[in-house]
Amino acid sequence: MTTQTASPLKLDTEGLSLDSVSLWQITRRRLFRRKSSLLGMIILAILIVIALTAQWIAPYDPILSMLDANPPQDIGKRSSPCIHALGCAVDQPQHIMGTDGNIRDEFSRMVYGARLSLLIGISTVTFAIIIGTVLGALGGYFGGWIDNIIMRVMDVLLAFPSLLLAIAIVTVIGPGLINALIAIGIVSIPAYARVVRGSVLSIREMDFVSASRALGGNTYDILFRRILPNALTPLIVQGTLGIASAILDAAALSFLGLGAQPPTPEWGSMLGAERNQVFTAPHLVFYPGLAIMLTVLAFNLLGDGLRDALDPRLAHMS
Amino acid sequence: MATYILRRLLLSIPVLFGILFATFALARLIPGDPCRAMLGEKATKVVCDEFNHRHGLDRPIPIQFGVYVNEIAHGDFGNSFRYSKPITELLMERLPTTLELSISALLISIFIGIPLGVIAAVRHNSWVDVITMMWANVGVSMPVFWLGLMLAYIFALALKDTFFQLPPSGRLSPGIITVPFFETWAMQLSEDSFAFTIFDFVSRMNIPNAILSGNGELLKDAVTHLILPAFALSTIPTALIARMTRSAMLEVLGQDYIRTARAKGLVRRAVIMKHAFRNALLPLATVIGLSLGGLLGGAVLTETVFNLSGVGRILYDGITARDYGIIQGFTVVIAIFFVALNLIVDISYAYLDPRIRLN
Repeated sequence: MTTQTASPLKLDTEGLSLDSVSLWQITRRRLFRRKSSLLGMIILAILIVIALTAQWIAPYDPILSMLDANPPQDIGKRSSPCIHALGCAVDQPQHIMGTDGNIRDEFSRMVYGARLSLLIGISTVTFAIIIGTVLGALGGYFGGWIDNIIMRVMDVLLAFPSLLLAIAIVTVIGPGLINALIAIGIVSIPAYARVVRGSVLSIREMDFVSASRALGGNTYDILFRRILPNALTPLIVQGTLGIASAILDAAALSFLGLGAQPPTPEWGSMLGAERNQVFTAPHLVFYPGLAIMLTVLAFNLLGDGLRDALDPRLAHMS
Repeated sequence: MATYILRRLLLSIPVLFGILFATFALARLIPGDPCRAMLGEKATKVVCDEFNHRHGLDRPIPIQFGVYVNEIAHGDFGNSFRYSKPITELLMERLPTTLELSISALLISIFIGIPLGVIAAVRHNSWVDVITMMWANVGVSMPVFWLGLMLAYIFALALKDTFFQLPPSGRLSPGIITVPFFETWAMQLSEDSFAFTIFDFVSRMNIPNAILSGNGELLKDAVTHLILPAFALSTIPTALIARMTRSAMLEVLGQDYIRTARAKGLVRRAVIMKHAFRNALLPLATVIGLSLGGLLGGAVLTETVFNLSGVGRILYDGITARDYGIIQGFTVVIAIFFVALNLIVDISYAYLDPRIRLN
């Protein structure tokens, strides 16, 4: 498998020359070659485009009822999807995903929901990564009582099933989207703290760190400029997979009524609001759930792909 | 091994103390007055003072914490304001539902996940492998509450009046009466006896109760009600177990001793099951143990969707009603259960792999 390292041509597993190619270029190449991660990236790209262009794609306002639209529409609550191209009567207003319980266009709400979903995933993980990295780096680098205190607190956080802890935190700080994000962020911190601590523990013993120390580098410089950049790889993988679970948890909290509050077009809360109508208007439950699943799937596929592409056993060939 | 277990037990103590502190703090930090939440907004100050005094809420916080730790140490998890019952009693009533659901989900995920993972690894890169892994990826990305609702729609409405029709919610059909199995056996048990507590707990799980009392109709009804929630809850652990089995098997199948086993002419089945699978079981112990903990979190959603009165549901109701007793009691029980589960996983791992305990 890795016998090619002995070759004078320096080829990677796909037989491509590795001369003057950076790790990131190799990673990108491997990512694009793997069908599942390519699929993840395609779904994600579509979602990002939808999120960025929501105001142009959405035919109606996501919050305004059709009764208040300009011109007002005479359409019922929870009406079934109507697509003119698929034979729906032309005199009927077109709503490709139907309308919801408040006579709002479901498709417009779905489109705006993409924006929120991506924001939720990225913001919570960024929050958790920043705090988790600082805690993990301090614990791993200094060891001793600092490490002990930090890791015991992390153990306590990990002792609760994540969704239950998030529910408990939201109860304390009050329901709402921002509070749900903070709760999920807090619950996610231990995963990053552990990953960074593990990497820092192994890297701090390496020769280049000793060299930096011998050259008189200060602690801050050694930790944040020398050690942490080398601990990035597992953090990126964990972060991508973390976005997936953050979106899933946020949707669950909103479903339970603890996250985004109506009329915010958030997929989890849209699903929760219409859950009792599953037998009469299944489309209002089907589309938001499908969208959550596809978004989470995209990040999971990309995270798995990144893990394989950044695998040190393969990466060392560069 | 004894030293290892002792060390792991000692390491759990600060975590347990942290859990007690966290749950105590969480319940005290919840905004809103528990008295007004329980007795209504119109409760007078006199009534509230009496309520706070009765539940010890007028004492200083450190004393409340001391009392709390002391009570937990004696197995007393406090009282629910809402139900006016001890938490332990509520737990004994609700836990069987959650346990029955979680264990069924775990069994489904083990019986589907492990064979799928083994087949995917043995037929690496074949279409079976590709489909299994795609499905596993979809499985870990599935919102449990959505899958539950969709399954309810498909099996209760779309497949109505067919062989596959299943009930969309509840634990039993209306009109089905359950009699505890020990009563059908005409056992005379004192309500204070330990045997009664255990038997009563078991009899609250419909399937074991139906089997033990030989009630075929109850068994059929309980199973048909459990299929959808258990299947919905099992999706994520099934996918995780399938993925973990596959990667562990792939790693083991590449080892030299597997080649040796093949070279000496062992039949393929023996190589896979006796040589490879046994060693691949190691990482599976962790995943299965931790899945059970994750199932408890998923139970809140599943129980809400399928209207099951289990631990997850009561915890959610307790949160919306600001019932400190329930939030504190149930969270602490679940967290202690989770710590114990981690401990068992670690110990079983050390037992299975001597390298761990020697380190």
